[in-house]
Amino acid sequence: MVEFALHHAWLVPLLPALAFVAIIFFTRPWPMLSALTAVAGIVGSFIVSALAAYGVFTNPAFKEEPLVYAVRWFSMPGLQIDVGVQLDPVSAMMIFMVSMVASLIFIYAIGYMKDDPGFSVFFSYVSLFAASMLLLAISSNLLEMFVAWELVGLCSYLLIGFYSHKIAAREAAKKAFITCRIADFGLLLGLLAMQIVFGTLNLVELSEKIANFEQYTTFGILTLIAVLVFIGPIGKSGQFPLHVWLPDAMEGPTPVSALIHAATMVVAGVYLVARTMFLFHEVPGAMELVAITGGFTALFAATIAITQREIKRILAYSTVSQIGYMMLALGVGSMTASLFHMWTHAFFKALMFLGAGSVLHALHHKADVWEMGGLIRKMPLTGWTFVIGGLAIAGIPPFAGFWSKDEILAVTLESGHYVLFVMAAFTAFLTAFYMWRLIFLTFFGEENPENHPHESPAVMTLPLVGLAILSTIGGLVGTPWAPYWSEWIFFGHPHHVEPNYWVMIGSVVLAAAGIYLAYQLYYVDKAKSRARALAQRYNHIYTILYNKYYIDEIYLWFNHTIVDGAAKLFYLFDIYVVDGIIVNGLGKLTCLLGEGIRVSNTGRLQNYALVFFLGVLAVVVLLAFTGPSAASLIVGGVK
Amino acid sequence: MLTTISLAHYMVLSALLFGIGLFGVLAKKNAIAVLICIELMLNAVNINLVAISKYLTPALFTGQLFAIFVITVAAAEVGVGLAIIIAIYRNRLSVNLDDFDWLKW
Repeated sequence: MVEFALHHAWLVPLLPALAFVAIIFFTRPWPMLSALTAVAGIVGSFIVSALAAYGVFTNPAFKEEPLVYAVRWFSMPGLQIDVGVQLDPVSAMMIFMVSMVASLIFIYAIGYMKDDPGFSVFFSYVSLFAASMLLLAISSNLLEMFVAWELVGLCSYLLIGFYSHKIAAREAAKKAFITCRIADFGLLLGLLAMQIVFGTLNLVELSEKIANFEQYTTFGILTLIAVLVFIGPIGKSGQFPLHVWLPDAMEGPTPVSALIHAATMVVAGVYLVARTMFLFHEVPGAMELVAITGGFTALFAATIAITQREIKRILAYSTVSQIGYMMLALGVGSMTASLFHMWTHAFFKALMFLGAGSVLHALHHKADVWEMGGLIRKMPLTGWTFVIGGLAIAGIPPFAGFWSKDEILAVTLESGHYVLFVMAAFTAFLTAFYMWRLIFLTFFGEENPENHPHESPAVMTLPLVGLAILSTIGGLVGTPWAPYWSEWIFFGHPHHVEPNYWVMIGSVVLAAAGIYLAYQLYYVDKAKSRARALAQRYNHIYTILYNKYYIDEIYLWFNHTIVDGAAKLFYLFDIYVVDGIIVNGLGKLTCLLGEGIRVSNTGRLQNYALVFFLGVLAVVVLLAFTGPSAASLIVGGVK
Repeated sequence: MLTTISLAHYMVLSALLFGIGLFGVLAKKNAIAVLICIELMLNAVNINLVAISKYLTPALFTGQLFAIFVITVAAAEVGVGLAIIIAIYRNRLSVNLDDFDWLKW
């Protein structure tokens, strides 16, 4: 079985893709059958992934040599592109994680999307998404990866705009698509440059060639390539300054938010950087860029999350912030810590998104956390699993988030990035605060008499329980005392971080302080008067944060004034210079000349005859007074 | 005192005739007169042709032959020209060239 899975890993993306085709062409009129097809596809994919992952993680040979199956896609002189699947610890972990989380979310969606008119279509889209994401994870070739990358972008667009009767959803879908397209342009340029310089996009070949890049190119070009490639992840993973699409993407159905905008697609950027680590590793400047972008985004998004009111928006900014952590870890050179956080984050963030979906389901899509309260009494399963998610993301041991966040903090400190370390540590405090603010406001305190919540059906709560269990124990694979994770997922050489007790204790204290502050402000203080007073007192800061630093407004201003202004300038140039002077101007000039010449055209034969005569006279005079050369000039050829 | 008539005399006569004809073509207002003046110019050319043939290449009759051609063509041309003038006259009741400016534009 394991051998079969290892050698047929291409089934992993193929099964959901087949489910997509089957739903679109055959089972669409029968919603439940469509849902079962989709679930069957992803669960089948999960089984193959799990077996393959088992095969990879029991055979140390995979650390040295990935298992690649590839076929030639197309071939022309100077350009050969293969497509294939590559199994190594990183991709095995990724397909295992993606297919597991996706399976749970698919099952949850059966309950959440019940009675939706687009039920079948929804499942076809998410199946296509799962297929694309798994293809991205398992690709052996960067071009193949790019195709999958664009496919997940397309699915993201389709699913954000799934409620296409809502204007906000349509706008958000377009925003996501366009923002990612801007970033993908950079990535595409980077890939083209790599193909031109190194003559291949195959991951294994590239890693060998880039290690000796001096034979092919200069350091400057390599830096340029790394920066261009990194632009793609900035967009896809919602890093500053292209993070703007991610919070708006919450207009999509909640399972989509959980699947795409928390657990899988948005970490594709992290995964891509991890996959091309051989490139970034050679370019310390690009690594710094990754680290600074990540560290800054983590803090930046966390500060915004503090003031937001919509439950999914808070989670979205939290996602941006957590991906910032992953980028930070990559930038300081620890792929191990980064992917570890990606692994744990997938569980607890999917858990919290699905929990939020359960809440929205119960409250009929009332999203403002200030209008909730006391929900844990009516929805115990949703509430307590959410609390587990909150503990995990805040970084309370032994929950999953603690181990990974602690490792990121430790490697940041170890690499000597003290400023980034302080930012990351402060972000940890903020994370605990805003997440527990959300939890206290939503699940504890006074019940809002207007709400009539009810616990969600088992098909929705069981995935929550599953994810809660994973959020609890998922981090135990990589504790500092039993570092299985770092033995398998690494770049270069396995790197064991020594248990840094100061960092550990410090991060727990920060998390506890954040939770305590939220507890004081939003639980003990029933009227929330102190929180309101704080917001009043620091009103300008609050306003800036609440309006997300006005980034959207800045972009809008930029587009309306700079871009539209330039467009208007070019429009005027076109109208007055191209059309006015060149096209119509030439025409008018011809007309005017015609008008002028036409005066000489009297229609009187005798005038014409006179002109003939004068012309002949002129020629004769000229011939008489000049030599034969002039004659030959006029008459032509006659000597 | 009787001097022999030389080629120059013929050519002067021819030039005078041509000049008169040209003046008439350019200045006369009557279409018939213009036609007559064209005939004058053609005949000036004929004199030139015959005279030059007689004095320079007496053995050949090229010039004379050309003159006969010109007379023939001139007859045809006058026929066409007169026909046009008659047609115009029927339409416009005028042979004054100043009235005929429809060739413009």
